[in-house]
Amino acid sequence: MASPQMVMYEEEFAQVQAVTNRLVQDANARVVFVVDKNGQLISASGDTGDIDTTSLASLTAGTIAATGGIAQLLREQEFATQYHEGVRQNVHIQVVSGRVILVVIFDNRTSLGLVRLRVKRATENLTRIFEMVMAKAQDPFRNSPFSEITDDDIDNLFND
Amino acid sequence: MSFINYLSREINCKIVYYGPGLCGKTTNLQYIYNRTNPDAKGKMISLATETERTLFFDFLPLEIGEIRGFKTRFHLYTVPGQVFYDASRKLILKGVDGVVFVADSQMLRSEANTESMDNLRTNLAEQGYNLDTIPYVIQYNKRDMPNISPTEELRQLLNTGDVPDFNAVATTGEGVFETLKSVAKLVLTELKRGAAR
Ligand SMILES: Nc1nc2c(ncn2[C@@H]2O[C@H](COP(=O)(O)OP(=O)(O)OP(=O)(O)O)[C@@H](O)[C@H]2O)c(=O)[nH]1
Ligand SMILES: [Mg+2]
Repeated sequence: MASPQMVMYEEEFAQVQAVTNRLVQDANARVVFVVDKNGQLISASGDTGDIDTTSLASLTAGTIAATGGIAQLLREQEFATQYHEGVRQNVHIQVVSGRVILVVIFDNRTSLGLVRLRVKRATENLTRIFEMVMAKAQDPFRNSPFSEITDDDIDNLFND
Repeated sequence: MSFINYLSREINCKIVYYGPGLCGKTTNLQYIYNRTNPDAKGKMISLATETERTLFFDFLPLEIGEIRGFKTRFHLYTVPGQVFYDASRKLILKGVDGVVFVADSQMLRSEANTESMDNLRTNLAEQGYNLDTIPYVIQYNKRDMPNISPTEELRQLLNTGDVPDFNAVATTGEGVFETLKSVAKLVLTELKRGAAR
């Protein structure tokens, strides 16, 4: 397989969640997401009630993939930070350790300056956590839930 | 690249529908979307041109059930089939767990099919995947059209690796779920094999 599978255990989830919870507060943001580069949602904090988080994750990953493609064409490094300014809401997007994407949605209760500052610290913390996640994923002695799955389990999923 | 989440006990896998322009990739996803009950699916997103050609991708998250207490989710994507969108196709293949190649059965599209399949092989290789080993199925779509090649001919031309293949009419749904189930099963079997290594 080209890239190692990403496996996240409760422990690291709690850590990621703690970082995003804190960022919502510190930056006075509306919502904070962490999305993996393939478009899977890892964590969401804040006022997520009326947001379609799955779609948002996939579209964010698409945006980063597209601008990453542009960067490659220009022989430029990945555009690690992006900012989209709306009328009422703004979106700040930050790539973390080349693997995951930190998305902050905020309105006029805060400022871009404060968001940037707090994102910087969150990025450092997330970098540490995801380095650990990837190290664990490559450890062959950790078992995946799949090691116990039988062919019957798979068949049963489709016999309805 | 599958993603296993121990907290919410979810397994997410990515399946990409590939094939030449207008072969029916988006129609496959639309049919699946329309025929899945609301709590098993998310919103379908289509980034398309004004003429409904896929511009970047279609996306449909789908929950197919539980394995050993893990909710199993498939994220279905289509690529834009038009030749000049190659850069976008490469991006969408990143992290893929399984591929459906949708062929257009019309005789006139024979060359477009082989070109697209060669393109799939090349683009996968660029990402470090091999079409001969990745979970992969083929669908011969548009079987309801008048000037189509016999399945046997398409099979000889396209299915050299003898992977599971299906006749389909995506507009009526014939063969659509068979194709999806087949690739989903291959993906899960591959994950199981990977875990056993
Ligand atoms: N008769 C018939 N028409 C089909 C079938 N499948 C798709 N179509 C039609 O073919 C046209 C193109 O289908 P799409 O699903 O948009 O094709 P696509 O592969 O997504 O095309 P791109 O986005 O350009 O790559 C639409 O008008 C569909 O209704 C089929 O099995 N039979
Ligand atoms: Mg399409």
